[in-house]
Amino acid sequence: MSVIEADGLRRSYRTSTGVLRRRTHEIEAVRGVSFTIDKGELFGLLGPNGAGKTTTIKMLTTLLLPTAGTGRVLGYDVATETARVRASIGYVFGGDRGLYERLNALDNLRYFADLYAVEPRIQRKRIAEVLDIVGLSGRERERVEGYSRGMRQRLHIARGLLHDPPVIFLDEPTIGVDPVGSRELRTTIAALSAAGKTILLTTHYMFEADALCDRVGIIAKGQLLAQGSPAELKARVADRTVVEIEAHAVTADAVEKLRRIPGVVAVTLDERDDGQLLRVQSASGLELTQTILARLGDARVGRIATREPTLEDAYVDVVTQGTRS
Amino acid sequence: MSRAAVPRMLLRGWAIQVKDSSSFGFFIMSSLIEPVIFAAIAAYMFRAGNRPDALLYAAIGAGMLGVWIVTLIGSGQALTFLRHAGILELLIVAPVPFVLVLAPITLAAATVGMYSLAATLVWGWLLFDVPLGVEHPWLLLASVPATVIGLGMLGMLMASVFVLFRHANALTNMLGYPVWLASGFLVPVSLLPDWVRPVSWLLPTTWGAEAIRTSMIGGHPLPAIGACLGLAIGYFALAALTVRHFERLARQRASLALA
Repeated sequence: MSVIEADGLRRSYRTSTGVLRRRTHEIEAVRGVSFTIDKGELFGLLGPNGAGKTTTIKMLTTLLLPTAGTGRVLGYDVATETARVRASIGYVFGGDRGLYERLNALDNLRYFADLYAVEPRIQRKRIAEVLDIVGLSGRERERVEGYSRGMRQRLHIARGLLHDPPVIFLDEPTIGVDPVGSRELRTTIAALSAAGKTILLTTHYMFEADALCDRVGIIAKGQLLAQGSPAELKARVADRTVVEIEAHAVTADAVEKLRRIPGVVAVTLDERDDGQLLRVQSASGLELTQTILARLGDARVGRIATREPTLEDAYVDVVTQGTRS
Repeated sequence: MSRAAVPRMLLRGWAIQVKDSSSFGFFIMSSLIEPVIFAAIAAYMFRAGNRPDALLYAAIGAGMLGVWIVTLIGSGQALTFLRHAGILELLIVAPVPFVLVLAPITLAAATVGMYSLAATLVWGWLLFDVPLGVEHPWLLLASVPATVIGLGMLGMLMASVFVLFRHANALTNMLGYPVWLASGFLVPVSLLPDWVRPVSWLLPTTWGAEAIRTSMIGGHPLPAIGACLGLAIGYFALAALTVRHFERLARQRASLALA
């Protein structure tokens, strides 16, 4: 039985521009997204910023009404049976907001335990349990304003688990958390999944999705472009090779020239603090490194590596094809 | 949620909000220092009118002005803060009706507003020789919570607008002084146009001030306490409807979050 169902979910927003002559525009953030998540499954929703991940999660958690389509959690309609849906879910979002900063962690948890009707006789035990799960035992009497970002995020997860919900929505839970904190959070999420929770996770960290998710869905421009297990998605690009080049001053023109090389399937250029990372996907068996370097013009080139495709390459392939069509 | 769980949740919510507001140093400082101005207004007005006997009457009125302003502004600001802090969505997504989440928030604002009344009376006594006496101490103990409940529920009706609109401050700013005037805090309602009287009867501020005044100066506070609590029930019922309606509209218009 599917625990979470999205069937043709759509959501549009109205925005307006101008002061005297106001013009209203309608933006479609989610355009007919459909997927199902089975009991105990960890499903990852991947997509670039503005793809519609958070809007989808907000519709399924009852915070937004769908413009069209239906969403169900444990069989309850997210638009009309809100109280039943809300009692069954834990909702955790990323970032350092969502907590009473001037209060300590214990006060934050007690308040939400009352809101979720956790019985007083088990409240103390349950709070101790969730603090233990997220590794905050012993720090609960400290004010939240003194917590690191990672600790706040773990407190968020503890809050979301207080009523032991069977379904958990995690909206970019590791965003902005340092590598060690992120790894600890991933361990916590994996433990929740192992405990049988049904989880919908949104992220744009591919290695996170690859490591944690049973299945992933790739969403771009409000449409679900592909879904399957990480292995299935990686199989889409198994016949390719990826050349990865650390560089400086690669121009948009150069990237366009690379795209025109016969055999090249996709090219991405990520800006990083310490330079740029160029990834060129091509059909396997082709040796294109020298051709690529020749077309980079005045760009300075550092480390060059050729490797097997990853989930990230599958994601790039899906998003590139999806946004072209 | 069981029936026993509701009072516990309301009490915890109220305590959390009072604790959160009270841990904000600047807010407490302004709550304690601003009443000097309220006390001064009362003292100089009534001294100029050669009514030194009415100084306590005026000081209570001035203090109630502070309570009302803190409740009105505090209730709206609480919602604005919750939205900015990303807590509003988490409260909405809790399985209890949002009106039960909102009630302790505005009751806490009214409770914190009581600092202002207490400070006005103390400053008036210290600086302007306002005589402090309590005619019916036990009834004063009933008048204060009745006033807090009455004002908290009126505050909740105002705060419900903030669930839908991100910038509803203009509405609350606009309501501060008309309610103050119509409640007869400093100018008796009998001096105002006749049509203001029915308006004043519908305001828990009027009855709260009356209950506290008659408890301290002398008279019969019980009818005012009853009126205050009766209006609180009415405003709660009204707020329950508006909160439910505005929550649904906010889900439709996507205005629960900042963006």
